[in-house]
Amino acid sequence: MDIKDKYDAEFDSSNDNNQPISFFANIKYLLVGIFFGIVFVKAEIVSWFRIQEMFRLSAFHMYGVIGTAVIVGMISIYLIKKFNVKTLSGEKVVLQPKSFHKGQIYGGLIFGLGWAITGACPGPLFAQIGGGFLAVIITLLSAIAGTWVYGKFMEKLPH
Amino acid sequence: MLEIIKQPWPWYVAGVLIGLIVPALLLIGNKPFGISSSLRHMCAACLPAKLPFFSYNWKKEVWNLFFVAGILVGGFIATVYLSNGEPVQIAASTKAQLIALGVKDFSGLMPSDIFGTAQIFSLKGLIFLVFGGFMVGFGTRYAGGCTSGHSIMGLANLQLPSLIATICFMIGGFISTWVLLPIIFKLIG
Repeated sequence: MDIKDKYDAEFDSSNDNNQPISFFANIKYLLVGIFFGIVFVKAEIVSWFRIQEMFRLSAFHMYGVIGTAVIVGMISIYLIKKFNVKTLSGEKVVLQPKSFHKGQIYGGLIFGLGWAITGACPGPLFAQIGGGFLAVIITLLSAIAGTWVYGKFMEKLPH
Repeated sequence: MLEIIKQPWPWYVAGVLIGLIVPALLLIGNKPFGISSSLRHMCAACLPAKLPFFSYNWKKEVWNLFFVAGILVGGFIATVYLSNGEPVQIAASTKAQLIALGVKDFSGLMPSDIFGTAQIFSLKGLIFLVFGGFMVGFGTRYAGGCTSGHSIMGLANLQLPSLIATICFMIGGFISTWVLLPIIFKLIG
């Protein structure tokens, strides 16, 4: 399986494809996003200072946030699987396994370098812009450009 | 109540709420929590350039774009209506180290002497916004996910590749903080 197929496999997990693609069908994701954006800012995890604190090992805050989120997510997935909880539209919840390739190492390291410089992963970029840091629009555009360049040269990169 | 909300939220409150996004997206519409994919959908929507990586029906994934648009709106609401306006209470040791590096403004979520609009067309802007952003976008796609897709969703689903990716995110961040940043701050004087 080449890398393009692996990526397409990721999308197969996005079910509910029988639902019409409409503005109103997607409003619920906008609302979840709004909630998430508020949490991002209120927990200060969109703060460049908090990211610095994390990488300087001088505060527990970020480790606490991510660690708690992972544990809550883990318990949630366990319960969904155990009790076979269905989606709102009655579908079975599908979780796509991730397959290993060297990109997780090389790409991971490159993202890490950028994370400490920008103080943001992709999610916080959007929250920072909403929070009034308009210069971050440049960061976002550049991140989109980075994604595009990956798509252009992916065949030549080690995976 | 509003006074409590306006205070910064402790890690355990934020952690639980962020963790609950995982079942929320799964149960609302069978969607895996992940954000960096939105950048790919934007490429596919705006500039696919016949590249195989961007040749797919991005409209099926449009929920992800609604989700990130929501994050932007949420960032606005929290900053304008739900903030107490106080500086981020960062650890004294980090603050001292950042002052030594040359960071001046500690009044907001980000230092405006680096991330202010006035810095866009300077060497600072080129390094922190353009280079930094490029590495975030290129790196997350190469790794197949970011902090949300790998470190939260992937780890919560017990995926070994996500653990490897997360460890590499952290190693990259430590290298950047302790090796690159001192060089960058020397460069920009």
